[in-house]
Amino acid sequence: MTDATGGLFRRARSSRLGWRLLAERLSGYWFAAAGYLAIALFAAITLLLLHRSLPILSEYSLVAMLTSADWSPTQNSFGFLPAIVGTVYVTFLSMTMGIPIAVGAAVYIAEYADGRRKTLVASFIDVLAAIPSVIFGLVALIVVVPFVGTYVAPAFGGGTAGVGIFTVSLVMAIVVTPFMISLSVESLESLPDELRETSLGVGATKFETIRSVLLRAAGPGIFSAILLGFGRVFGATIVPALLIGGQTQLPGSVFSTGQTLPTLIVNDFGELMALPLTQSALIFVGLMLVVVVWLFNFGAMLFRRRLQRRWQY
Amino acid sequence: MDRYRKQRLFGAAVRAAALLVVGVMLLVVSVTLVRGGRVLLTDPTIVVTPPGSRYMLEGTGGFLHAVLGSAFIVGPATAISMVFAVSTATYLQSDYSSERFSESVNMFLNVLWGTPPIVYGVFVLTIIIAVGAQTSLLFGIVAIAIFQYPIMTRYTDEALRAAPDRVRESTYGLGATRFESARMTVRAAAPGIIAGLIMGFARGIGDAATVLFTTGRSTRMPGGLLDAATTLPVLIFDQAMSFNPEVRSHAYAASFVLTVVVLGLILVSKLLAGRYARYTP
Repeated sequence: MTDATGGLFRRARSSRLGWRLLAERLSGYWFAAAGYLAIALFAAITLLLLHRSLPILSEYSLVAMLTSADWSPTQNSFGFLPAIVGTVYVTFLSMTMGIPIAVGAAVYIAEYADGRRKTLVASFIDVLAAIPSVIFGLVALIVVVPFVGTYVAPAFGGGTAGVGIFTVSLVMAIVVTPFMISLSVESLESLPDELRETSLGVGATKFETIRSVLLRAAGPGIFSAILLGFGRVFGATIVPALLIGGQTQLPGSVFSTGQTLPTLIVNDFGELMALPLTQSALIFVGLMLVVVVWLFNFGAMLFRRRLQRRWQY
Repeated sequence: MDRYRKQRLFGAAVRAAALLVVGVMLLVVSVTLVRGGRVLLTDPTIVVTPPGSRYMLEGTGGFLHAVLGSAFIVGPATAISMVFAVSTATYLQSDYSSERFSESVNMFLNVLWGTPPIVYGVFVLTIIIAVGAQTSLLFGIVAIAIFQYPIMTRYTDEALRAAPDRVRESTYGLGATRFESARMTVRAAAPGIIAGLIMGFARGIGDAATVLFTTGRSTRMPGGLLDAATTLPVLIFDQAMSFNPEVRSHAYAASFVLTVVVLGLILVSKLLAGRYARYTP
């Protein structure tokens, strides 16, 4: 505490202005601390996870762990490749299924629907975004799993168990779509009406206006929405843990069971946490998740700036 | 294909996309409400009955422990997180900070917002291991509070940004200090902040990955701050993996309760936002 603040404390006893100045000074400290909290939290998470992953990183080489397909912690072999491949499959598949639907529904809400129907559809999507993902997983167990097992997987020559990478991807697409929709709607609606009027005025059809003008102008916003969806699929824990089957092997097809990075933590957490090296390996998985999310966010920020410059109207 | 047919096709496609999303939503909610409602109708007391000693195996008793666990974890966590969220957002939006600094803090908030919840769970777990403590209610509160902090800060930040500049200008004009001006701005942004509070609560109560490792997944009534506990999403997760059909049916009852709470919260947030709108200038 500085001398000036001590002076304020003395003044606060005698005058009302002193009180107000004291409150002003102290609140300055408090708010500054709160402002640094986000940075501190980020640093603490990264450093603590890094520190705790050091045992495994010093024991095995990073490249060997990331490219080995053999995950059997009890025999001290830590290959992350199956989980990494599973995560990539799930993320890629569910983004492929989710993005067209999300952009389509967002265009419908922002450009086609009006009046009560718009309010109704938009609030339905709000509700869908707020439902906890564990409930999606539970409903999927009795709806999506039999559906995939009896109809989809046999049609593509896959297994008939119903659980597996494809099921997880389908359910995760459903989970993240509402988030992507509401963010995309926001950025479409913030566009000025002159854009629509000008484009329609020079003879473009509504489809041409949306494709060549509106989706471009709202591009950076829609891109952030997609990125948010990516992050949620990538780090999804509960739905994959319920539906992926939990076998740590390289997936043979998109219908086979597998493992993602977060489910690796969930499935091996209980009994193996007692072994220090396994514990370190699982914490290293957490570190990988943080680093990938961080890199993607940073890359996205640069990319978004570029888009904003190129696609400005 | 001529351009008008393309336009009609596109119109049909976006309508189909919206219809699909609404249809899926109706399916999920109705399956939860019907399946869960059926279980609850046959025995509504399971919500308020403490679990039996072999609850996860035989399904004796109810899941009051998870209902209480959720309330005792998410309630305090939301309160703690709110204090920090409002402070951080005030710092970013008012004259306490430079624009450059708030931009970089916003970048970190975005990264935190995108960080998977399981990372927060693992982070708190490493803290637990480091201090040599047991998984407990307290660490559940910490984990959920960390999880909610970026979410609520973002909502609060947006609400404060939307507050009219007149508020700040006129309070400074009357000779207010920065602190007093910030207080008035927060009051003007109250509806948005309340909405953010409720959304934070809803996200917190629905999240399982953060509390999975930090509260201990206990099957007893929570005994105190340092005692193991569980929450509704974790309970549903555990029940869904059970081999006993009776325990699995309880999962639907529990998700009925969770869905009703979350839907109720959204409704309340919309109503409150309307009610508080009269405090805004």
